[in-house]
Amino acid sequence: MSQVTKFAARDSGPTARMVGFMSHLRDNGFRLGVGEAELSLQALTHVIAADPAVTRHALRAVCTGSIEEVERFDGLFDAFWMNGGRVTTKTIPTQSPVSDHVHSSRDAAGAENSGAAGTPSTPDSAGEDPAGADGEGKLVASLTQAKMKTDLRDLVRPEEIAEAQVVAQRLGAALRDRRSRRRRQHRKGDRIHFRKVIRQSLSSGGEPLHLARMRRPDRPLKIVTLCDVSGSMATYAQVFLAFVAGMMRADANTDAYLFHTRLVRIAEALRDKDALRALGRLSVLADGFGGGSKIGVSLAQFSQTYARRFVDGRTVVLILSDGYDTDHPDLLSAALEKLKKRGCKIIWLNPLKGWAGYEPVTRAMAQALPHLDVFRPANTLADLAALEQELTRL
Amino acid sequence: MGSPPHQTGMIMTWTTLQTAMAEQGYIADDDLAMAVHLALTLGRPLLLEGAAGVGKTEVARVLSDLRETELIRLQCYEGLDAAQAIYEWNYQRQLLSIRAASEHGETGRSVEERIFSEEFLLERPLLKAIRRDTPPVLLIDEIDRADEEFEAYLLEILSEFQVTIPELGTISAKSRPIVILTANGTRDLSDALRRRCLYAHVSYPERATELAILKARCGAIEDRLAGQIIGFVQSLRKEDLEKKPGIAEMLDFAAALMGLGIADLTQDPVVLQACLATLLKTETDRFNITTEVAQRLAGKAA
Repeated sequence: MSQVTKFAARDSGPTARMVGFMSHLRDNGFRLGVGEAELSLQALTHVIAADPAVTRHALRAVCTGSIEEVERFDGLFDAFWMNGGRVTTKTIPTQSPVSDHVHSSRDAAGAENSGAAGTPSTPDSAGEDPAGADGEGKLVASLTQAKMKTDLRDLVRPEEIAEAQVVAQRLGAALRDRRSRRRRQHRKGDRIHFRKVIRQSLSSGGEPLHLARMRRPDRPLKIVTLCDVSGSMATYAQVFLAFVAGMMRADANTDAYLFHTRLVRIAEALRDKDALRALGRLSVLADGFGGGSKIGVSLAQFSQTYARRFVDGRTVVLILSDGYDTDHPDLLSAALEKLKKRGCKIIWLNPLKGWAGYEPVTRAMAQALPHLDVFRPANTLADLAALEQELTRL
Repeated sequence: MGSPPHQTGMIMTWTTLQTAMAEQGYIADDDLAMAVHLALTLGRPLLLEGAAGVGKTEVARVLSDLRETELIRLQCYEGLDAAQAIYEWNYQRQLLSIRAASEHGETGRSVEERIFSEEFLLERPLLKAIRRDTPPVLLIDEIDRADEEFEAYLLEILSEFQVTIPELGTISAKSRPIVILTANGTRDLSDALRRRCLYAHVSYPERATELAILKARCGAIEDRLAGQIIGFVQSLRKEDLEKKPGIAEMLDFAAALMGLGIADLTQDPVVLQACLATLLKTETDRFNITTEVAQRLAGKAA
């Protein structure tokens, strides 16, 4: 019990604390409103709120809404209510005009100068130093380290996300199919719209003179994006990440993942209302950004886990990768084959393919080709926009 | 439209609810029991999410037994629409009625009023649920299989507990049903729906919980075999399977073993392999869990 946060004497009571907790959760990306604060207080009147364990269960039921949130809830709960007995004076954080997540080194001049990013033990500037030149390998390792801590916010600007959003919206509109099982009223439908027929037949004494019809309406395809953020893709990551972020914001049905040596689902993080905070959360998830790539393993992991839930016959899987795989190429083709079995369309966008004279010679890429519906170059937003024609034909 | 607990006159704490559910044969962990308790006391819908076969649907059945009320179930599927979920007019009867009326020279407004009356209305689960005198348990199963358009329909009902029929007007709830929604995660649900509901994630139970479930459902089982079965199924779930066995599968497995008179899992490899049919439901899984693997798992469990 000594772990419980103490509140200052001039604290304005339980309601204020609950509001404080809600804004604490909101700051961490939970989508909660005033209604939830009220409901939480109401919920606590129905249980023994003095018991931290009980309170935790109750608030978890009210405040969370998905498995990701359930997993994060315990930590956030502890941070607010169980901070080791320290006194909290301000239960409701004062709103500063600029909230902290907007701070980024992106616009600060010189902050991105990676040469200055060394640590005392592995100085990056060793390259210029003749004395350090003979220590081979050292320089490479430290540079890689610096890359691995890349903040995605430094790579992608909010304006680019807005631009990408427009492109993504158009791509989404291009991808339609006609297999809805619902029916809507339509002049040339394949079934009779009984409700309408009865209504109209009233005027003709029960004689159904005009048969109203209905048919299956068009419905959009779901897009799942898998974005490679390994070292070899670093230069294109900017375009692709903006595209993925734009895609997520344009259409609530899309789903997104990053992979390098492992696969991370970023859909939840990208849905964050604040585009920059979304990227911040992404940076945390994409630990290992710019490292090696294991496309085969990542795709196999995808087809075994998430694909089972999210990929079906109405899904387009969009893979953004250069195909440089450090694993055995058989892994990749096996994973793609398995994914294909779920009935989806697979589109592979390769930035290198934009180069003149590019041939898919890497064995991984060559083996992957038969499983792909579309294999196209793309390394700028314009390229992605040009895909619209291609996708309409799918 | 009073709140449910006062109507039945029993106000439970969440622990007594947990015990009561256990008496009905449902072992709920603390999180789930609390979520159910709050859903009952606050009159909010409860969204249960989790893998297939962890007993989400069962919660609704147990609740209806506990409350001694009707269980109204709406199984969602792709293409589910208002006509199957809320109400539908009885078109055949309407047509006949119009013809009959026109032969009697009856026309216009009186016919219209008659054929669009309660008499010609076919109740579907959602409308049925809000028109009962005693609050029933409304189970909306696998909501993630229905399309988003249906989610929007559902939101109106879950927030207002009323149904609008253009020809009849708005029908308000006589009593508020206890609403349980389940989802397997085949697609992401909308934020609006999630916000309207309390949430509990149901995962595969821990060893002790699952053992209690097995004991509750198969009273006759020997302690040693029960322990082995749970150990085996739990380690099987850790294997790389396409479809992990749920609780229902575990119970089938136990029933199969008991039916065959097996007292020890390691006793007969051939029988064990045959009984795996109750646990492994895809060809790849059957292929991957060979006799050797099954024996290794059984040996560990013993």
